[in-house]
Amino acid sequence: MSAPLLQVEALNQRFGRIEACRDIDFVMHPGEVIGIVGESGSGKTTLLKCLAGRQVPTSGRVLYDMRVKGPTDLYALSEPERRLLMRTDLGYVTQNPRDALRMGISAGGNVGERLMVNGARHYGAIRDTASDWLERVELDPGRIDDRPATYSGGMQQRLQIAKTLVVNPRLVFMDEPTGGLDVSVQARLLDLLRGLVRELGLSAVIVTHDLAVARLLADRLMVMRRGEVVEQGLTDQVLDDPHHPYTQLLVSSVLQP
Amino acid sequence: MSAAPARERPGDPAYNFAYLDEQTKRMIRRGLLKAVAIPGYQVPFASREMPLPYGWGTGGIQVTASIIGPEDRLKVIDQGADDTTNAVSIRRFFHRVTEVETTEETADATVIQTRHRIPERDLTENQILVYQVPIPEPLRQLEPREAECRKIHAWQEYGVMHVGLYEDIARWGHIARTYDYPVMVGGRYLMAPSPIPKFDNPKMTKMAALQLFGAGREKRLYAIPPHTDVKSLDFEDHPFEVQKWDETCGLCGAEDSFLDEVILDDAGGHMYVCSDSDFCRHRRDAGHRGAMAGHEAVRVLTEQVS
Repeated sequence: MSAPLLQVEALNQRFGRIEACRDIDFVMHPGEVIGIVGESGSGKTTLLKCLAGRQVPTSGRVLYDMRVKGPTDLYALSEPERRLLMRTDLGYVTQNPRDALRMGISAGGNVGERLMVNGARHYGAIRDTASDWLERVELDPGRIDDRPATYSGGMQQRLQIAKTLVVNPRLVFMDEPTGGLDVSVQARLLDLLRGLVRELGLSAVIVTHDLAVARLLADRLMVMRRGEVVEQGLTDQVLDDPHHPYTQLLVSSVLQP
Repeated sequence: MSAAPARERPGDPAYNFAYLDEQTKRMIRRGLLKAVAIPGYQVPFASREMPLPYGWGTGGIQVTASIIGPEDRLKVIDQGADDTTNAVSIRRFFHRVTEVETTEETADATVIQTRHRIPERDLTENQILVYQVPIPEPLRQLEPREAECRKIHAWQEYGVMHVGLYEDIARWGHIARTYDYPVMVGGRYLMAPSPIPKFDNPKMTKMAALQLFGAGREKRLYAIPPHTDVKSLDFEDHPFEVQKWDETCGLCGAEDSFLDEVILDDAGGHMYVCSDSDFCRHRRDAGHRGAMAGHEAVRVLTEQVS
Protein backbone atom coordinates (compact mmCIF):
# COMPACT_ATOMS: atom_id res chain seq x y z
CA MET A 1 0.00 0.00 0.00
CA SER A 2 1.24 3.48 -0.84
CA ALA A 3 2.26 5.96 1.83
CA PRO A 4 -0.56 7.94 3.43
CA LEU A 5 -1.39 11.24 1.72
CA LEU A 6 -2.59 12.92 4.87
CA GLN A 7 -1.99 12.04 8.50
CA VAL A 8 -3.71 13.92 11.27
CA GLU A 9 -2.26 13.54 14.73
CA ALA A 10 -3.94 14.69 17.94
CA LEU A 11 -5.46 17.75 16.31
CA ASN A 12 -7.09 20.22 18.68
CA GLN A 13 -8.72 23.52 17.91
CA ARG A 14 -9.99 25.76 20.66
CA PHE A 15 -11.67 29.12 20.41
CA GLY A 16 -11.50 30.38 23.98
CA ARG A 17 -13.84 28.19 26.00
CA ILE A 18 -15.12 26.40 22.94
CA GLU A 19 -13.43 23.18 21.89
CA ALA A 20 -14.20 23.03 18.18
CA CYS A 21 -12.10 19.92 17.49
CA ARG A 22 -10.77 17.55 20.12
CA ASP A 23 -8.04 14.92 19.71
CA ILE A 24 -8.67 14.06 16.11
CA ASP A 25 -6.50 11.33 14.57
CA PHE A 26 -6.88 9.77 11.18
CA VAL A 27 -4.93 8.66 8.14
CA MET A 28 -5.93 9.14 4.54
CA HIS A 29 -4.48 7.28 1.56
CA PRO A 30 -4.15 8.56 -2.03
CA GLY A 31 -7.34 8.12 -4.02
CA GLU A 32 -9.54 7.94 -0.96
CA VAL A 33 -12.66 10.01 -0.46
CA ILE A 34 -13.49 10.69 3.16
CA GLY A 35 -16.83 12.09 4.26
CA ILE A 36 -17.26 14.05 7.47
CA VAL A 37 -20.83 14.13 8.73
CA GLY A 38 -22.35 15.52 11.87
CA GLU A 39 -24.86 18.06 13.11
CA SER A 40 -24.29 21.75 12.64
CA GLY A 41 -21.79 23.20 15.09
CA SER A 42 -20.01 19.87 15.52
CA GLY A 43 -16.70 21.20 14.18
CA LYS A 44 -16.83 19.80 10.65
CA THR A 45 -15.87 22.96 8.82
CA THR A 46 -13.25 23.92 11.41
CA LEU A 47 -11.62 20.52 10.99
CA LEU A 48 -11.71 20.93 7.21
CA LYS A 49 -10.05 24.35 7.42
CA CYS A 50 -7.33 22.92 9.65
CA LEU A 51 -6.68 20.14 7.16
CA ALA A 52 -6.62 22.54 4.23
CA GLY A 53 -4.00 24.87 5.67
CA ARG A 54 -6.48 27.66 6.24
CA GLN A 55 -6.67 27.62 10.02
CA VAL A 56 -3.76 27.06 12.35
CA PRO A 57 -4.80 24.39 14.89
CA THR A 58 -4.25 25.00 18.60
CA SER A 59 -2.21 21.80 18.81
CA GLY A 60 -1.53 18.65 16.85
CA ARG A 61 -0.05 18.01 13.43
CA VAL A 62 -1.37 17.76 9.88
CA LEU A 63 1.18 15.80 7.84
CA TYR A 64 0.80 16.08 4.10
CA ASP A 65 2.83 13.89 1.75
CA MET A 66 4.56 16.54 -0.36
CA ARG A 67 5.82 15.60 -3.82
CA VAL A 68 9.46 16.28 -3.05
CA LYS A 69 9.83 16.55 0.71
CA GLY A 70 7.58 13.66 1.71
CA PRO A 71 5.32 13.89 4.78
CA THR A 72 5.55 17.44 6.16
CA ASP A 73 3.54 19.27 8.79
CA LEU A 74 1.51 21.91 6.94
CA TYR A 75 1.94 24.35 9.79
CA ALA A 76 5.69 23.81 10.07
CA LEU A 77 6.08 25.14 6.51
CA SER A 78 6.80 28.82 6.01
CA GLU A 79 3.78 30.82 4.90
CA PRO A 80 4.92 31.26 1.26
CA GLU A 81 5.61 27.51 1.02
CA ARG A 82 2.19 26.72 2.43
CA ARG A 83 0.51 29.18 0.07
CA LEU A 84 2.35 27.63 -2.87
CA LEU A 85 1.18 24.18 -1.79
CA MET A 86 -2.37 25.46 -1.38
CA ARG A 87 -2.54 26.84 -4.88
CA THR A 88 -0.93 23.86 -6.61
CA ASP A 89 -1.65 20.63 -4.71
CA LEU A 90 -4.71 21.48 -2.63
CA GLY A 91 -8.15 22.62 -3.69
CA TYR A 92 -10.96 24.03 -1.58
CA VAL A 93 -14.60 24.23 -2.57
CA THR A 94 -16.70 26.47 -0.35
CA GLN A 95 -20.37 26.06 0.36
CA ASN A 96 -21.15 29.44 -1.10
CA PRO A 97 -19.51 29.78 -4.55
CA ARG A 98 -19.66 33.57 -4.26
CA ASP A 99 -16.97 33.37 -1.57
CA ALA A 100 -14.50 31.77 -3.95
CA LEU A 101 -15.35 33.37 -7.30
CA ARG A 102 -14.55 36.85 -8.48
CA MET A 103 -18.00 38.11 -9.36
CA GLY A 104 -16.73 40.98 -11.51
CA ILE A 105 -14.51 38.78 -13.67
CA SER A 106 -15.77 36.53 -16.48
CA ALA A 107 -16.15 32.76 -16.01
CA GLY A 108 -13.09 32.15 -18.19
CA GLY A 109 -11.08 34.64 -16.15
CA ASN A 110 -12.12 32.91 -12.95
CA VAL A 111 -11.00 29.50 -14.16
CA GLY A 112 -7.91 30.96 -15.83
CA GLU A 113 -6.93 32.87 -12.68
CA ARG A 114 -5.68 29.68 -11.04
CA LEU A 115 -3.53 28.96 -14.09
CA MET A 116 -2.17 32.50 -14.27
CA VAL A 117 -1.41 32.47 -10.55
CA ASN A 118 0.66 29.37 -11.21
CA GLY A 119 2.58 31.04 -14.00
CA ALA A 120 0.63 30.47 -17.25
CA ARG A 121 1.32 33.37 -19.61
CA HIS A 122 -0.15 32.22 -22.91
CA TYR A 123 -3.62 33.68 -23.43
CA GLY A 124 -4.71 31.16 -26.05
CA ALA A 125 -3.66 28.18 -23.95
CA ILE A 126 -5.32 29.57 -20.81
CA ARG A 127 -8.55 30.14 -22.69
CA ASP A 128 -8.56 26.69 -24.25
CA THR A 129 -8.03 25.04 -20.88
CA ALA A 130 -10.74 27.17 -19.27
CA SER A 131 -13.18 26.37 -22.05
CA ASP A 132 -12.36 22.67 -21.79
CA TRP A 133 -13.06 22.71 -18.07
CA LEU A 134 -16.35 24.56 -18.47
CA GLU A 135 -17.40 21.71 -20.72
CA ARG A 136 -16.30 19.10 -18.23
CA VAL A 137 -18.49 20.59 -15.52
CA GLU A 138 -21.35 20.79 -18.03
CA LEU A 139 -21.34 24.55 -18.46
CA ASP A 140 -21.86 26.03 -21.92
CA PRO A 141 -18.41 27.12 -23.20
CA GLY A 142 -20.26 29.77 -25.19
CA ARG A 143 -20.81 31.59 -21.90
CA ILE A 144 -17.09 31.75 -21.11
CA ASP A 145 -17.12 35.55 -21.18
CA ASP A 146 -20.20 35.96 -19.00
CA ARG A 147 -19.78 37.02 -15.41
CA PRO A 148 -20.63 34.52 -12.66
CA ALA A 149 -23.26 36.96 -11.44
CA THR A 150 -25.34 36.01 -14.48
CA TYR A 151 -25.09 32.30 -13.59
CA SER A 152 -27.57 30.41 -11.42
CA GLY A 153 -26.49 29.06 -8.02
CA GLY A 154 -25.88 25.56 -9.34
CA MET A 155 -23.91 26.88 -12.29
CA GLN A 156 -21.79 29.03 -9.98
CA GLN A 157 -21.05 25.96 -7.87
CA ARG A 158 -19.97 24.03 -10.96
CA LEU A 159 -17.84 26.99 -12.04
CA GLN A 160 -16.17 26.95 -8.63
CA ILE A 161 -15.45 23.25 -9.05
CA ALA A 162 -13.90 23.89 -12.47
CA LYS A 163 -11.80 26.68 -10.97
CA THR A 164 -10.61 24.35 -8.21
CA LEU A 165 -9.81 21.36 -10.39
CA VAL A 166 -8.19 23.18 -13.33
CA VAL A 167 -4.73 23.07 -11.72
CA ASN A 168 -4.97 19.28 -11.14
CA PRO A 169 -4.81 19.29 -7.35
CA ARG A 170 -4.06 16.01 -5.57
CA LEU A 171 -6.34 16.63 -2.63
CA VAL A 172 -9.60 18.55 -2.68
CA PHE A 173 -11.55 19.77 0.33
CA MET A 174 -15.25 20.36 -0.12
CA ASP A 175 -17.41 22.13 2.40
CA GLU A 176 -21.05 21.23 1.74
CA PRO A 177 -20.60 21.35 -2.04
CA THR A 178 -24.30 20.71 -2.61
CA GLY A 179 -25.71 22.81 0.23
CA GLY A 180 -28.31 25.33 -0.82
CA LEU A 181 -29.04 23.71 -4.18
CA ASP A 182 -32.33 22.18 -5.17
CA VAL A 183 -32.56 18.40 -5.26
CA SER A 184 -32.35 17.86 -9.01
CA VAL A 185 -29.36 20.17 -9.32
CA GLN A 186 -27.78 18.41 -6.34
CA ALA A 187 -28.17 15.05 -8.01
CA ARG A 188 -26.49 16.24 -11.22
CA LEU A 189 -23.69 17.92 -9.30
CA LEU A 190 -23.10 14.75 -7.28
CA ASP A 191 -23.02 12.70 -10.44
CA LEU A 192 -20.52 15.11 -11.90
CA LEU A 193 -18.36 15.12 -8.78
CA ARG A 194 -18.36 11.36 -8.56
CA GLY A 195 -17.31 11.12 -12.19
CA LEU A 196 -14.51 13.67 -11.78
CA VAL A 197 -13.19 12.15 -8.59
CA ARG A 198 -12.99 8.69 -10.16
CA GLU A 199 -11.67 9.91 -13.50
CA LEU A 200 -8.91 12.10 -12.07
CA GLY A 201 -8.04 9.76 -9.19
CA LEU A 202 -8.52 12.63 -6.78
CA SER A 203 -8.43 12.33 -3.06
CA ALA A 204 -11.11 14.34 -1.34
CA VAL A 205 -12.44 15.27 2.06
CA ILE A 206 -16.09 16.17 1.88
CA VAL A 207 -17.98 17.83 4.71
CA THR A 208 -21.71 17.38 4.57
CA HIS A 209 -24.73 16.94 6.77
CA ASP A 210 -26.51 15.10 4.02
CA LEU A 211 -26.04 11.35 4.49
CA ALA A 212 -27.12 10.65 0.92
CA VAL A 213 -24.23 12.79 -0.35
CA ALA A 214 -21.89 10.91 1.96
CA ARG A 215 -23.10 7.51 0.83
CA LEU A 216 -22.76 8.45 -2.82
CA LEU A 217 -19.30 10.01 -2.70
CA ALA A 218 -17.39 8.82 0.32
CA ASP A 219 -15.41 5.60 0.78
CA ARG A 220 -15.01 6.22 4.44
CA LEU A 221 -17.05 8.20 6.88
CA MET A 222 -16.24 10.10 10.04
CA VAL A 223 -19.11 11.07 12.31
CA MET A 224 -18.49 14.17 14.40
CA ARG A 225 -20.30 15.41 17.44
CA ARG A 226 -19.29 18.28 19.71
CA GLY A 227 -15.80 18.43 18.25
CA GLU A 228 -15.06 14.74 18.57
CA VAL A 229 -15.07 11.93 16.07
CA VAL A 230 -17.51 9.50 17.63
CA GLU A 231 -17.43 6.85 14.96
CA GLN A 232 -15.52 6.15 11.79
CA GLY A 233 -15.34 3.35 9.26
CA LEU A 234 -16.36 2.36 5.75
CA THR A 235 -19.34 4.37 4.62
CA ASP A 236 -21.72 1.47 4.13
CA GLN A 237 -20.66 -0.06 7.41
CA VAL A 238 -21.29 3.12 9.36
CA LEU A 239 -24.59 3.86 7.71
CA ASP A 240 -25.98 0.31 7.71
CA ASP A 241 -24.74 -0.73 11.13
CA PRO A 242 -24.23 2.34 13.25
CA HIS A 243 -22.72 1.65 16.66
CA HIS A 244 -22.62 4.99 18.45
CA PRO A 245 -26.00 6.21 19.73
CA TYR A 246 -25.53 9.55 17.97
CA THR A 247 -24.85 7.86 14.63
CA GLN A 248 -27.92 5.69 15.15
CA LEU A 249 -29.95 8.83 15.77
CA LEU A 250 -28.46 10.51 12.69
CA VAL A 251 -29.18 7.54 10.43
CA SER A 252 -32.71 7.08 11.74
CA SER A 253 -33.46 10.79 11.26
CA VAL A 254 -33.17 10.62 7.49
CA LEU A 255 -36.56 11.21 5.91
CA GLN A 256 -37.71 8.46 3.61
CA PRO A 257 -39.81 9.85 0.77
CA MET B 1 14.30 83.55 23.00
CA SER B 2 16.95 85.78 21.61
CA ALA B 3 16.26 86.73 18.07
CA ALA B 4 19.17 85.28 16.13
CA PRO B 5 19.58 87.10 12.85
CA ALA B 6 17.79 85.07 10.19
CA ARG B 7 20.26 83.35 7.91
CA GLU B 8 20.17 84.62 4.36
CA ARG B 9 18.15 82.09 2.47
CA PRO B 10 16.10 82.33 -0.67
CA GLY B 11 12.33 82.09 -0.74
CA ASP B 12 9.41 83.55 1.13
CA PRO B 13 10.74 84.36 4.63
CA ALA B 14 7.46 83.21 6.19
CA TYR B 15 8.27 79.62 5.27
CA ASN B 16 11.27 77.33 5.49
CA PHE B 17 13.12 76.76 2.24
CA ALA B 18 10.84 74.66 -0.03
CA TYR B 19 7.92 74.97 2.42
CA LEU B 20 8.53 71.78 4.43
CA ASP B 21 10.55 71.93 7.65
CA GLU B 22 13.97 70.29 7.67
CA GLN B 23 12.92 67.29 9.78
CA THR B 24 10.14 66.45 7.37
CA LYS B 25 12.48 66.73 4.41
CA ARG B 26 14.96 64.40 6.13
CA MET B 27 12.19 61.91 6.82
CA ILE B 28 11.14 61.94 3.16
CA ARG B 29 14.76 61.66 1.98
CA ARG B 30 15.27 58.61 4.20
CA GLY B 31 12.18 57.10 2.60
CA LEU B 32 13.51 57.96 -0.85
CA LEU B 33 16.87 56.35 -0.11
CA LYS B 34 15.10 53.17 0.87
CA ALA B 35 12.91 53.38 -2.23
CA VAL B 36 15.96 53.74 -4.47
CA ALA B 37 17.66 50.84 -2.71
CA ILE B 38 14.66 48.55 -3.35
CA PRO B 39 13.45 49.50 -6.85
CA GLY B 40 9.68 49.41 -7.17
CA TYR B 41 9.02 48.79 -3.47
CA GLN B 42 6.44 51.06 -1.85
CA VAL B 43 7.92 52.78 1.18
CA PRO B 44 5.40 54.20 3.66
CA PHE B 45 6.05 57.76 4.79
CA ALA B 46 4.36 60.33 7.01
CA SER B 47 2.77 62.43 4.30
CA ARG B 48 2.07 66.03 5.35
CA GLU B 49 -0.79 68.35 4.65
CA MET B 50 0.19 70.49 1.70
CA PRO B 51 -1.41 73.73 0.53
CA LEU B 52 -3.32 71.99 -2.24
CA PRO B 53 -5.97 69.25 -2.29
CA TYR B 54 -5.22 65.54 -2.43
CA GLY B 55 -5.20 64.39 -6.03
CA TRP B 56 -3.52 67.57 -7.25
CA GLY B 57 0.00 66.39 -6.59
CA THR B 58 0.58 66.47 -2.83
CA GLY B 59 2.90 63.45 -3.06
CA GLY B 60 4.86 64.88 -5.96
CA ILE B 61 5.44 68.27 -4.36
CA GLN B 62 6.58 66.72 -1.09
CA VAL B 63 9.18 64.70 -2.99
CA THR B 64 10.24 67.75 -5.01
CA ALA B 65 10.40 69.88 -1.86
CA SER B 66 12.69 67.44 -0.13
CA ILE B 67 15.16 67.05 -2.98
CA ILE B 68 15.25 70.56 -4.44
CA GLY B 69 18.21 72.89 -3.70
CA PRO B 70 18.83 76.54 -4.52
CA GLU B 71 20.94 75.57 -7.54
CA ASP B 72 18.22 73.45 -9.18
CA ARG B 73 16.15 74.37 -12.20
CA LEU B 74 12.58 73.17 -11.98
CA LYS B 75 10.18 72.20 -14.75
CA VAL B 76 6.60 71.18 -13.96
CA ILE B 77 4.34 69.50 -16.48
CA ASP B 78 0.74 68.35 -16.34
CA GLN B 79 -0.47 66.10 -19.18
CA GLY B 80 2.79 66.94 -20.93
CA ALA B 81 2.13 70.68 -20.99
CA ASP B 82 3.87 73.45 -19.07
CA ASP B 83 0.93 75.82 -19.25
CA THR B 84 -1.89 73.89 -17.60
CA THR B 85 -3.38 75.03 -14.28
CA ASN B 86 -1.76 72.39 -12.10
CA ALA B 87 1.67 72.90 -13.65
CA VAL B 88 1.50 76.69 -13.42
CA SER B 89 0.36 76.65 -9.77
CA ILE B 90 3.02 74.19 -8.63
CA ARG B 91 5.76 76.04 -10.52
CA ARG B 92 4.65 79.32 -8.95
CA PHE B 93 4.50 77.69 -5.51
CA PHE B 94 8.08 76.46 -5.73
CA HIS B 95 9.31 79.74 -7.10
CA ARG B 96 7.77 81.50 -4.10
CA VAL B 97 9.18 79.18 -1.45
CA THR B 98 12.61 78.52 -3.01
CA GLU B 99 13.23 81.20 -5.64
CA VAL B 100 14.80 78.50 -7.80
CA GLU B 101 14.90 79.13 -11.48
CA THR B 102 11.98 77.57 -13.33
CA THR B 103 12.08 76.54 -16.94
CA GLU B 104 9.96 75.03 -19.66
CA GLU B 105 13.03 73.58 -21.42
CA THR B 106 13.19 69.85 -20.76
CA ALA B 107 16.92 69.78 -21.42
CA ASP B 108 17.70 72.60 -18.98
CA ALA B 109 15.75 71.30 -16.00
CA THR B 110 17.44 69.37 -13.20
CA VAL B 111 14.18 68.40 -11.50
CA ILE B 112 11.02 67.71 -13.50
CA GLN B 113 7.78 67.16 -11.66
CA THR B 114 5.20 65.48 -13.84
CA ARG B 115 1.62 64.38 -13.90
CA HIS B 116 0.46 61.89 -16.56
CA ARG B 117 3.44 62.10 -18.95
CA ILE B 118 7.14 61.46 -19.43
CA PRO B 119 8.77 64.12 -21.68
CA GLU B 120 9.39 62.96 -25.25
CA ARG B 121 12.98 64.09 -25.10
CA ASP B 122 15.44 61.59 -23.56
CA LEU B 123 16.42 62.52 -20.01
CA THR B 124 19.98 62.43 -18.71
CA GLU B 125 21.91 61.32 -15.61
CA ASN B 126 21.74 64.89 -14.29
CA GLN B 127 17.98 64.97 -14.10
CA ILE B 128 15.37 63.67 -11.68
CA LEU B 129 11.82 62.93 -12.75
CA VAL B 130 9.22 63.23 -9.95
CA TYR B 131 5.81 61.63 -10.55
CA GLN B 132 2.54 62.51 -8.83
CA VAL B 133 0.80 59.26 -8.00
CA PRO B 134 -2.89 58.88 -7.07
CA ILE B 135 -2.99 55.08 -6.51
CA PRO B 136 0.41 53.50 -5.79
CA GLU B 137 -0.91 49.96 -5.29
CA PRO B 138 -1.14 48.14 -8.65
CA LEU B 139 -3.15 45.32 -7.06
CA ARG B 140 -5.82 47.59 -5.60
CA GLN B 141 -8.54 46.69 -8.12
CA LEU B 142 -8.00 42.96 -7.69
CA GLU B 143 -7.16 42.66 -4.01
CA PRO B 144 -8.87 45.09 -1.66
CA ARG B 145 -7.12 43.78 1.49
CA GLU B 146 -3.96 45.78 2.21
CA ALA B 147 -2.42 43.01 4.33
CA GLU B 148 -2.92 40.54 1.50
CA CYS B 149 -1.39 42.98 -1.03
CA ARG B 150 1.75 43.21 1.10
CA LYS B 151 2.03 39.43 1.22
CA ILE B 152 1.61 39.22 -2.54
CA HIS B 153 4.44 41.75 -2.98
CA ALA B 154 6.63 40.04 -0.40
CA TRP B 155 6.33 36.64 -2.04
CA GLN B 156 6.00 37.81 -5.63
CA GLU B 157 2.68 36.08 -6.15
CA TYR B 158 1.86 38.37 -9.03
CA GLY B 159 0.00 35.91 -11.27
CA VAL B 160 -3.32 37.43 -10.30
CA MET B 161 -2.35 40.68 -12.06
CA HIS B 162 -2.76 38.97 -15.40
CA VAL B 163 -6.45 38.36 -14.70
CA GLY B 164 -7.21 41.98 -15.53
CA LEU B 165 -5.29 41.75 -18.79
CA TYR B 166 -7.05 38.44 -19.61
CA GLU B 167 -10.41 40.15 -19.15
CA ASP B 168 -9.42 42.89 -21.57
CA ILE B 169 -8.46 40.44 -24.29
CA ALA B 170 -11.60 38.35 -23.69
CA ARG B 171 -13.78 41.41 -24.04
CA TRP B 172 -12.00 43.59 -26.57
CA GLY B 173 -9.65 41.23 -28.37
CA HIS B 174 -6.61 43.16 -27.18
CA ILE B 175 -5.25 44.61 -23.95
CA ALA B 176 -7.40 47.73 -23.73
CA ARG B 177 -5.69 49.24 -20.71
CA THR B 178 -4.12 52.47 -21.91
CA TYR B 179 -2.76 54.17 -18.79
CA ASP B 180 -1.28 53.19 -15.43
CA TYR B 181 -0.21 50.00 -17.17
CA PRO B 182 1.43 47.67 -14.61
CA VAL B 183 5.17 47.04 -14.86
CA MET B 184 7.74 44.78 -13.22
CA VAL B 185 10.71 46.75 -11.90
CA GLY B 186 14.10 45.09 -11.89
CA GLY B 187 12.43 41.68 -12.26
CA ARG B 188 11.21 41.88 -8.68
CA TYR B 189 8.45 44.31 -7.72
CA LEU B 190 5.19 44.94 -9.49
CA MET B 191 4.66 48.69 -9.78
CA ALA B 192 1.94 51.13 -10.85
CA PRO B 193 3.67 53.71 -13.05
CA SER B 194 1.09 56.40 -12.10
CA PRO B 195 -1.46 57.37 -14.76
CA ILE B 196 1.02 57.90 -17.57
CA PRO B 197 -0.18 56.54 -20.93
CA LYS B 198 1.25 53.14 -21.75
CA PHE B 199 2.89 54.98 -24.66
CA ASP B 200 5.42 56.20 -22.08
CA ASN B 201 6.09 52.82 -20.46
CA PRO B 202 9.01 51.91 -22.75
CA LYS B 203 10.72 55.19 -21.77
CA MET B 204 10.92 54.05 -18.15
CA THR B 205 13.21 51.14 -18.82
CA LYS B 206 16.94 51.85 -18.63
CA MET B 207 16.18 55.58 -18.26
CA ALA B 208 19.32 57.56 -17.41
CA ALA B 209 17.46 59.85 -15.01
CA LEU B 210 16.35 58.91 -11.50
CA GLN B 211 12.58 58.39 -11.28
CA LEU B 212 10.84 59.13 -7.98
CA PHE B 213 7.17 58.56 -7.21
CA GLY B 214 5.18 60.20 -4.44
CA ALA B 215 1.61 59.41 -3.39
CA GLY B 216 0.44 61.97 -0.81
CA ARG B 217 -2.96 60.64 0.15
CA GLU B 218 -1.82 57.00 0.15
CA LYS B 219 1.43 57.95 1.92
CA ARG B 220 3.78 55.91 -0.23
CA LEU B 221 7.10 56.60 -1.96
CA TYR B 222 8.75 54.46 -4.59
CA ALA B 223 11.52 54.82 -7.11
CA ILE B 224 13.25 53.49 -10.19
CA PRO B 225 17.02 54.04 -10.06
CA PRO B 226 18.78 55.03 -13.30
CA HIS B 227 19.34 52.28 -15.89
CA THR B 228 16.90 49.84 -14.26
CA ASP B 229 14.98 47.25 -16.22
CA VAL B 230 11.25 48.00 -16.36
CA LYS B 231 9.02 45.51 -18.13
CA SER B 232 5.34 45.97 -18.96
CA LEU B 233 3.20 42.90 -18.24
CA ASP B 234 1.79 40.99 -21.20
CA PHE B 235 0.93 37.54 -22.56
CA GLU B 236 3.20 35.49 -24.79
CA ASP B 237 0.64 35.60 -27.58
CA HIS B 238 -0.48 39.18 -26.86
CA PRO B 239 2.75 41.18 -26.45
CA PHE B 240 2.78 44.66 -24.97
CA GLU B 241 2.06 47.40 -27.53
CA VAL B 242 1.84 51.20 -27.30
CA GLN B 243 -0.84 53.42 -28.79
CA LYS B 244 -0.55 54.47 -32.44
CA TRP B 245 -2.21 57.31 -34.31
CA ASP B 246 -3.18 57.62 -37.95
CA GLU B 247 -2.79 61.40 -37.64
CA THR B 248 0.32 63.50 -37.09
CA CYS B 249 0.70 66.60 -34.92
CA GLY B 250 -1.22 69.45 -36.58
CA LEU B 251 1.37 72.01 -35.47
CA CYS B 252 4.74 70.34 -35.91
CA GLY B 253 3.93 67.25 -37.97
CA ALA B 254 5.51 64.85 -35.46
CA GLU B 255 4.68 61.21 -36.13
CA ASP B 256 6.27 59.65 -33.08
CA SER B 257 4.92 61.67 -30.16
CA PHE B 258 1.89 61.24 -27.91
CA LEU B 259 -1.01 63.22 -29.42
CA ASP B 260 -3.92 65.01 -27.76
CA GLU B 261 -7.15 65.70 -29.62
CA VAL B 262 -8.15 69.36 -29.55
CA ILE B 263 -11.70 70.41 -30.44
CA LEU B 264 -11.66 73.54 -32.62
CA ASP B 265 -15.32 74.46 -33.09
CA ASP B 266 -18.87 73.23 -32.60
CA ALA B 267 -19.02 71.72 -36.07
CA GLY B 268 -16.81 68.70 -35.39
CA GLY B 269 -13.57 70.45 -36.31
CA HIS B 270 -10.65 68.98 -34.43
CA MET B 271 -6.94 68.48 -34.66
CA TYR B 272 -4.22 66.46 -33.00
CA VAL B 273 -1.30 68.14 -31.26
CA CYS B 274 1.69 66.86 -29.31
CA SER B 275 0.87 66.57 -25.64
CA ASP B 276 4.47 67.51 -24.80
CA SER B 277 4.34 71.29 -25.43
CA ASP B 278 8.11 71.80 -25.10
CA PHE B 279 8.86 69.04 -27.61
CA CYS B 280 6.36 70.54 -30.09
CA ARG B 281 7.75 74.07 -29.74
CA HIS B 282 11.28 72.85 -30.39
CA ARG B 283 10.17 71.09 -33.55
CA ARG B 284 8.33 74.17 -34.78
CA ASP B 285 11.36 76.34 -34.05
CA ALA B 286 13.43 73.89 -36.07
CA GLY B 287 11.15 74.51 -39.03
CA HIS B 288 8.81 71.50 -38.92
CA ARG B 289 5.30 72.31 -40.04
CA GLY B 290 2.13 70.29 -39.45
CA ALA B 291 -0.94 70.20 -41.66
CA MET B 292 -2.73 72.83 -39.61
CA ALA B 293 0.19 75.24 -39.24
CA GLY B 294 -0.84 78.78 -40.20
CA HIS B 295 -4.55 78.03 -39.69
CA GLU B 296 -6.36 80.85 -37.89
CA ALA B 297 -7.46 78.67 -34.95
CA VAL B 298 -3.93 77.38 -34.62
CA ARG B 299 -2.38 80.83 -34.58
CA VAL B 300 -4.37 81.66 -31.46
CA LEU B 301 -3.42 78.33 -29.93
CA THR B 302 0.32 78.59 -30.57
CA GLU B 303 0.46 82.14 -29.30
CA GLN B 304 -0.98 80.91 -26.05
CA VAL B 305 1.40 77.98 -25.90
CA SER B 306 4.63 79.86 -26.47
